[in-house]
Amino acid sequence: MHIMEGFLPPLWAGVWYAVSLPVIAYGALRAKKLVDENPKNKTLLAVAGGFIFVLSSLKIPSPVTGSCSHPTGTGIATMLFGPAVTAFLSAIVLLYQALLLAHGGITTLGANDASMGIIGPLVGWIVYRGLKDRVSIKTNAFIVAVVADWFTYVVTSIQLALAFPGVSFVNSALTFMGIFALTQIPVAVVEGIFAALLIGYIAQTSEEKATQGVTA
Amino acid sequence: MKKLIPVLFLVLYLLTVTVYAQSWTGSDDQAEEAIKQIDPSYKQWFSPIWEPPSGEIESFLFSVQSAIGAFVVGYVVGKSRASGNAPDN
Repeated sequence: MHIMEGFLPPLWAGVWYAVSLPVIAYGALRAKKLVDENPKNKTLLAVAGGFIFVLSSLKIPSPVTGSCSHPTGTGIATMLFGPAVTAFLSAIVLLYQALLLAHGGITTLGANDASMGIIGPLVGWIVYRGLKDRVSIKTNAFIVAVVADWFTYVVTSIQLALAFPGVSFVNSALTFMGIFALTQIPVAVVEGIFAALLIGYIAQTSEEKATQGVTA
Repeated sequence: MKKLIPVLFLVLYLLTVTVYAQSWTGSDDQAEEAIKQIDPSYKQWFSPIWEPPSGEIESFLFSVQSAIGAFVVGYVVGKSRASGNAPDN
């Protein structure tokens, strides 16, 4: 779940916008360049974005905490295009949810894109690069999706702890992680299964791209 | 058959999860509670510009989001298979 509208003080809302906006802009340019270079990339971009749309709309119950959260769906985009393009695609979904669903928010969009679109996928991408030649593409997709999803909510917890340190930053971070990161563990595993299934289909249809990754 | 295993796992997961009673509120609502405890003086300084007028409309718009995504994924995967790019098909 994203940080709610108005629940980051203006200072922090601004800080996270400053972090996210340049990456989103760079990601948009990269996406345009990829499509210009090879029109086939347009379909892969659409699949990666579509996957984020589907997965981030599913609020899944998590038995660990007895509450619900949704996956991020950024694993596929991360594998195919890297974190910058993922930041751009995530921003589209975050905007949809902020404007039409009152989920997340305009003031917190910078922070939410930093966690869901940039830092989570960046950690996932590093793992992807490290595992690329060691495990099968499906196993890799599973791990990347789980890692990108889970780290998104670790970052969300840290963002809230920075804005609301209370008695101490560490205490506060643990409180928020107990809510977001703990809930997310089974949800991230569910996302990993979906990602592994989808990358299997993509690999069958555009072998060389999905296995090497456009960014590789 | 092998492809069915993850699907069965998902179904089983959702069933076990919904069987035993919990509040199943959103983690963002729980975070809101936590913020109020940590900093009781904090005021939400900005409210959503527009909110879905009812729970039904909210779940409708969430389904539209899933439908858009699922349509695009299904269209692209289906089209590239039909055009004969798949090596095993």
